Amino acid sequence: MTTTSAVISVRGLGKSFGKLEVLKGIDLDLMPGEVMGVIGPSGSGKSTLIRCLNMMEVPTAGEVRFQGRPVTHKFRGRGGAIGTGELRRKVGMVFQHFNLFPHLTVLGNITAGPTKVLAEPRAEAEAHAMDLLGQVGLADKAKAYPAHLSGGQKQRVAIARSLAMRPEVLLLDEVTSALDPELVGEVLAVIRRLADTGMTMVLVTHEMGFAADVASRVLFMEGGRIAEEGSAEQILRNPTSERLRSFLSRFHS
Amino acid sequence: MTYHWDFYTVMQSFDLLLWGVWITFLYTVGSILIGVVVGALSCWARLSRFWWLRLISRTYQELFRCTPLLVQILWAYYALPMLLGISISNTTAGLLTLSLYVGSFYAEIFRGGILAVDKGQREASAAIGMSGVQSMRYIIMPQAIKNMLPAFINQSVIQLKNTSLLYAISIAELTYMTSVVTSETYRPLEAYSLAAVLYFAMLFPLTQVADHFERRMRRSD
Repeated sequence: MTTTSAVISVRGLGKSFGKLEVLKGIDLDLMPGEVMGVIGPSGSGKSTLIRCLNMMEVPTAGEVRFQGRPVTHKFRGRGGAIGTGELRRKVGMVFQHFNLFPHLTVLGNITAGPTKVLAEPRAEAEAHAMDLLGQVGLADKAKAYPAHLSGGQKQRVAIARSLAMRPEVLLLDEVTSALDPELVGEVLAVIRRLADTGMTMVLVTHEMGFAADVASRVLFMEGGRIAEEGSAEQILRNPTSERLRSFLSRFHS
Repeated sequence: MTYHWDFYTVMQSFDLLLWGVWITFLYTVGSILIGVVVGALSCWARLSRFWWLRLISRTYQELFRCTPLLVQILWAYYALPMLLGISISNTTAGLLTLSLYVGSFYAEIFRGGILAVDKGQREASAAIGMSGVQSMRYIIMPQAIKNMLPAFINQSVIQLKNTSLLYAISIAELTYMTSVVTSETYRPLEAYSLAAVLYFAMLFPLTQVADHFERRMRRSD
C-alpha cells in the first residue's frame, strides 16, 4: 500500500529500549488533510510511535519518509534524506506537559521558532503570533509568563507555538492528559477548529469521544503493533476484536 | 586594663591597605574570569559522551575540590617548579591556583544548573527545529543561568576571601598588606579590624547586587 502522495509514510518501524521492544513492524501512511487518531492502552507504544515520526525517538528498525524523502535522525539530511532540522520545521509537535519556555513570555514562546529558526523579522513573527493567539483565544495573554497561565491556556499557547512554524503536519501527544477535566474542552475546541481548516494531524489521545468526532481514521495499538485500524466510526462504534471492545468499554463505563 | 584604640597611626599607612584592596580585587576578578572559562570547559567535558573526557574532568575537579587551597598554593609555588625544573613567579602560581580551584567549583555549579533544566525544554526547542547550539543558547542556558546564579555568586564571594591565602606566598593583597602595616605600626587590632571592614565593604555590595539580579530573574516565576 505504498502511496507516493502520503505526507508521512512508515514502513516496518521498530523501536526498542534495551531489551524492551516497544514498537514492532509498524506500517502506516498519513495522507494530506487527514486527522489520524491513535488510541490504545498505556504502554502500547502510542507515544513512541508519534515521537518516531519527528525523530524525537530514533527508530531501531524500519524507516520513516516525509513527502517521499527518507528521514534521518541527523540534524542535516544528506543525499536526498531530510534531517531533523528541516523535518521539525514542517512537522510540529505538541506535548502532554506543554513544555513552554518559562523564561519567555507567551509572545516570546511563539516567536522563538520563527525568529531563531526561520530567521523571520521580529515584527512579522509578532504579527503572526498575535494572529495565532487570537485564534486560540489568548490575545490578552501575549505579555504573560507561562507560570501565570492555567494548564488549558498553556496548552493553547503550545499549540500556537507549533503553528507559528507554519507546519504541514501537527503531532499531538496526549495533549489533554495533564489537564484538569474542566480545561480539556477549551483545548479540544482549538484542535477541532484546526481539523476544520484541513490541518494534517496525528492525535494520540484518551478522549474517545473527541477521536470519534475529529479523526478521519483511528489506529488501535496494542503491544507495540497496530491491532486494528479503520474509520473512526468503524473502530470506535463497531469494534470487531474482543480486545478493542474491552479497551473501549473502560471509557464508556 | 582598657585598650586605647589608635586608628590614627594605622590610617597613616592607609594607602598600603588600599593597594592591598586593589591587588585583592585584581586577583579576584582575574581568577574568576579564568575560572569561568576553565569551569565551562570542565563542565562541557563532564557532560560529554566520551568517557575519557569525563574522566579527565572528574579527576581535575576532585583533585582541586578535595585538597585545601593553601596546600595547592604552596605546592604550585614551591613544589611545582622543582618538579618541572622551571621557576614560577608567585603571581603566576597564585593566579593559576586560584583560577583552577574556583574553576573546579564553577564546573559543578554550571553542570547542576544545566541538568536542572527540564528535559522537556530541550525536546520542545528541538520540536520547533532548533539545532543543539540554538537550543542551548536561547532555551537551556537562560534557564540554567538562573539556576546557577545564587551558587555562582556565593562561590565568587568565597573566592574574594580566598585571595587572602596568597599571603603565604608574599603576594601584596589585603591580608599581606595588613601584616605589613601591623609590623610598621605595632597596631594589629586596629589594622586587622580595618582589613575586615575593607573586605566587608568590598563584598557587601556584591551580595546586594546578587540579590537584586536574583529577584529580577525570578520575574517569570
